[in-house]
Amino acid sequence: MSWPHKHLLDIESLPAEDLLTVLDTARAFKAVGERAIKKVPALRGKTVVNLFVEPSTRTRISFELAAQRLSADIVNFSAEASSFKKGESLKDTARNLEALNADVIVIRHAASGAPHFLSRIVQARIVNAGDGAHEHPTQALLDVFTIREKLGRIEGLNVTILGDILYSRVARSNIWALTKLGAHVTLCGPSTLVPREFERMGCRVTHRIDEALADADVINLLRIQHERQRQSMFPSLGEYTSLFGLTKARYAKTRPSALIMHPGPINRGVEIDSEVADGDRSVILEQVTNGIAVRMAVLYLVCGGKGPQEIPG
Amino acid sequence: MSLLLLKGGRVLDPSRGFDQVADVLISNDKITAVGDAVALADAPQVLDCSGKVVCPGLIDLHVHLREPGGSAKETIASGTAAAARGGFTSVVCMPNTSPAIDNAATVAWIRDKAEREAAVNVFIAGAITQGIAGEELAPIGSLKQAAVVAITDDGHCVQNNELMRRALEYARMFDLPVMDHCQDYLAVSGGVMHEGYWSLNLGLKGWPAVGEDLIVARNIQLAELTGTHIHCQHVSSAGAVRLLREARARGIPISGEACPHHFVLTDAAVAGSEQFWAADGAALLPQPRRPAWPAYDTNLKMNPPLRSARDREAVLEGLCDGTLDILCSDHAPHSRHEKEVEFDSAPFGITGLETEVPLSLTYLYHTGRLDLASLIKKFTVAPARLLRLAKGTLAPGADADVTVLDIDRPWMYSAAETASKSVNSPFEGWALRGCATTTIVAGKIVWQA
Repeated sequence: MSWPHKHLLDIESLPAEDLLTVLDTARAFKAVGERAIKKVPALRGKTVVNLFVEPSTRTRISFELAAQRLSADIVNFSAEASSFKKGESLKDTARNLEALNADVIVIRHAASGAPHFLSRIVQARIVNAGDGAHEHPTQALLDVFTIREKLGRIEGLNVTILGDILYSRVARSNIWALTKLGAHVTLCGPSTLVPREFERMGCRVTHRIDEALADADVINLLRIQHERQRQSMFPSLGEYTSLFGLTKARYAKTRPSALIMHPGPINRGVEIDSEVADGDRSVILEQVTNGIAVRMAVLYLVCGGKGPQEIPG
Repeated sequence: MSLLLLKGGRVLDPSRGFDQVADVLISNDKITAVGDAVALADAPQVLDCSGKVVCPGLIDLHVHLREPGGSAKETIASGTAAAARGGFTSVVCMPNTSPAIDNAATVAWIRDKAEREAAVNVFIAGAITQGIAGEELAPIGSLKQAAVVAITDDGHCVQNNELMRRALEYARMFDLPVMDHCQDYLAVSGGVMHEGYWSLNLGLKGWPAVGEDLIVARNIQLAELTGTHIHCQHVSSAGAVRLLREARARGIPISGEACPHHFVLTDAAVAGSEQFWAADGAALLPQPRRPAWPAYDTNLKMNPPLRSARDREAVLEGLCDGTLDILCSDHAPHSRHEKEVEFDSAPFGITGLETEVPLSLTYLYHTGRLDLASLIKKFTVAPARLLRLAKGTLAPGADADVTVLDIDRPWMYSAAETASKSVNSPFEGWALRGCATTTIVAGKIVWQA
């Protein structure tokens, strides 16, 4: 078992076995996080830069803790307080980071493809922490990790992703990861936000929520936003909730073992009822915990780590 | 008197239906004779054209020379040098300069600079609206007096239907064709590539074909109402081709042009060369070494965008049945640093003057889809007629603008050899078949392979 890639740019281009390497490595790192001393020396002396051109708190903190638990040095670079404000290009910024001998650049960017672009212009290893509406690979990996931990497998499961799929990088990465690992993926939401063309990615598209929930083993809810550019997509949050919200009544009709997931931050009372979000089948906070282990695994593997067999037990 | 004899080529002049092996005699800056073994008093300069095609100088009615205001991207000198290398003897420059070509003084400035620096003839398109802002009419009468050959808000599109209608009515007084870059801003807002499977896959905002179709449909209605000819620039969608075909059959004064990238590439190319060659590129003539490019390559970002394989086929059909009667490049140079950015942030546009003849010969003529005379017509007499230029013909007495083509010569685009100041072409390293070998403007050889 080894990891043959320099970067983690997307899930689409990775074969299933590489996804499993990350999951197995993450499992070993999760054990580290549960110890009294939550730190290993795996990346001592390495420098990780969190290049967050688009603001994010939870993903940035998760990467930060992951790097620290691997004993790497980590620097945060945020768009608000940086040279981007002075008009410096992403290329020049990245080359400056390279001149500071960054080993890994973790990039969050509003433009799809920005990590791919970066990987062509610098020598550092690139980890995509979310690019536009394209992919959010570590989120999908932590989602899949959580499902596997809870249900023991991925293959053959019915996973429903519910919400704003069109603009969601989480949805795309999840579709690739889940289908590669043998799950059946159903996408559901308003027809404006879930175009039929998604079927070409190997999933089922439906606009009937009862159909999407009936046989689901996992229900992954995406955050619904209704800012200006979404206003022609659906009329109101209220109508969204009535048609697609995971209400208590709908929840009651799901399979008794179905997991409830959400990448956060959640809109209580919009895409998910508050009690459902806090219910005993909700794994929303475990996703957050698992995120650190998965990101440790990713940072470790892109830096040349071979796999879980190397991690001290 | 300076004499130049183009000897023994296949002379192909669609303006007169002429296609036979013949000599062409040029005296000073005019064509003086075309025929068998043209009798000559003096021993002139002779250019052996045997095995070549001799045709009227090619016209590209859609290029961006970037001056004034954008000389880091291109200049009149560099852009016209690229035109000469590509076989073009005349170009029409677009008005989205800085300042825009919306006043007679800017037209005069360009004409003066072209007079001194241009390698080929430069014709000028003026703006429809002031500052190409789409709000108030530009001084179209003054622009006409300053010798613009058409008006267009290219780079932009007049959204206000009432304003467009009045512009058309007003332009009719001057017999000026109106060219329109067809895009409904609200329908395409924020789009950076064709809306379809690949925009979903790549997470890029879609620029739907219907945004083009809506304005083409509007233009058809307005051309019918006003009687002014509207030329739809770089048509890229199946819907637009169909609308134009139906409208032209009804006799409405409307036409359309196509660019090589729209009949060669598709939106799959934005996902990288592997995806393109595996899918929509598989049917293209075998490239000996298939060129490679990454996903999100900004040299594949242009407006209108590369569309689906179905749209590409519709554009090819439109070219073959005459619905699209003009070929052009939409040569849109941008500096390297402007394109070396995130896909969303990159400017739209690619260079094209040097690649359009080889791409057209390779993918229209050598594929057997279009005969050579029809192809050359789209680069010569068709644009000349649209713009009322006394060009595009080898009739005795005509200006001695001539292009010599070697339609079989293997040719490869290399940015290292370009005459343009910019290298933003998606066709780096493409092995093509056929190119211009000599470009003659007003009797002078301005470029020779």
